[in-house]
Amino acid sequence: MGIAAATAVWVAAYALNERFWTWLLAEILGLDLETRLGSALLFFTYDTTKIVLLLSGIIFLITLLRTFLSVERTRALLGGRREGVGNVVAAGLGVATPFCSCSAVPGFIGFVAAGVPLGVTMSFLIASPMVNEVAVVLLYGLFGFRVAALYVGAGLAIAVMAGWIIGRLRLENWVEPFVFETKLRGQALDPSLGLTFQDRLAVAREEVRNILWKIWPYLLVGIGVGAAIHGWVPEDFFVEYAGPDNPLAVPVAVLLGIPLYSNAAGILPLVEALWDKGLAIGTVLAFMMSVVALSLPEMILLRRVLKPRLLGTFVAIVGLGILAVGFVFNMVV
Amino acid sequence: MQIKVLGSGCANCTRLESRTIEALEALGMSPTVEKVTDFGAIASYGVMSTPALVVDDVVVVTGRVPSVDELRTLLRVSV
Repeated sequence: MGIAAATAVWVAAYALNERFWTWLLAEILGLDLETRLGSALLFFTYDTTKIVLLLSGIIFLITLLRTFLSVERTRALLGGRREGVGNVVAAGLGVATPFCSCSAVPGFIGFVAAGVPLGVTMSFLIASPMVNEVAVVLLYGLFGFRVAALYVGAGLAIAVMAGWIIGRLRLENWVEPFVFETKLRGQALDPSLGLTFQDRLAVAREEVRNILWKIWPYLLVGIGVGAAIHGWVPEDFFVEYAGPDNPLAVPVAVLLGIPLYSNAAGILPLVEALWDKGLAIGTVLAFMMSVVALSLPEMILLRRVLKPRLLGTFVAIVGLGILAVGFVFNMVV
Repeated sequence: MQIKVLGSGCANCTRLESRTIEALEALGMSPTVEKVTDFGAIASYGVMSTPALVVDDVVVVTGRVPSVDELRTLLRVSV
């Protein structure tokens, strides 16, 4: 299928989504959309379609653009940068560079062994999962521009600050020594070079398929639970129990987020439903950040290169940053 | 010819391994692929994005999973 045809189908599907499901549920199946079941079903079908469309479209575009950038090129851009500026550049590149958390360890070794400062490397490693394209796109699709922009800004700020602090603390001794002893032999191969445009399109298509395949169970569970909350939890439920005035709401949200890993796609429909019922914006953002940035599997991987004390410091600093974001947004917004 | 797949065992690494084996079989070559999962060893090849394919100690692919067709071309050239 040509790119133009695919784009046209995508735009039409996105525009007709709500009308189609309203028509199917109300006119064809004869459901009353004001009832709990009706509104939950509409939420489920409409949201599933919308999220799948958003994900496929944006992952395709972003992957296509990202085939022009690579970790190898990022490392070259970061080499020789001083801390401060280096942290800012690293956080920005962490968002733009294609990087999967399964590459966190070889990436870390590659950066540090090539002389990129530890704190700058950490800024990259924090920004990369936190300001993750799936999370940002879904935030934009479900919550609008303002929340997505707040999330990106706060995420970048945490990545820059946390990396800078780790750099200032001079924690190089808490990195496993083999990292510094690793000899990088040979010329690194840059995966972004030598691809034709057709190759890049193929890479993007495959990435869409892989990501959707990986996340669809979480997506369905998340939207299902979200739909249930949407239909059955009373309006303003969370204003009463977890509103902006409740000091425990943010810490509890952060703790709950840690074991929920990589399911930004599954967690967002749920978060959307919680938000609809009055959960405060800071609490929502802190929960999201904790889910994507503090993940148990990634910590277990990073333990291979970071001694427990550095890993603990890393989690503590990022965790405090997320808490701060939660409290500040609950107060200000 | 010595063929290695570098990667920590994530989904993409498994995919690269099975496609490499498929490509080797299609070329009528012995489908023996060594898996390298040790992070120090992976990094020492200069590889930062897994999975990677190493043929006779030369990194030929990193950070993506090429199609079986592309792998066949790559492996034929490397012989």
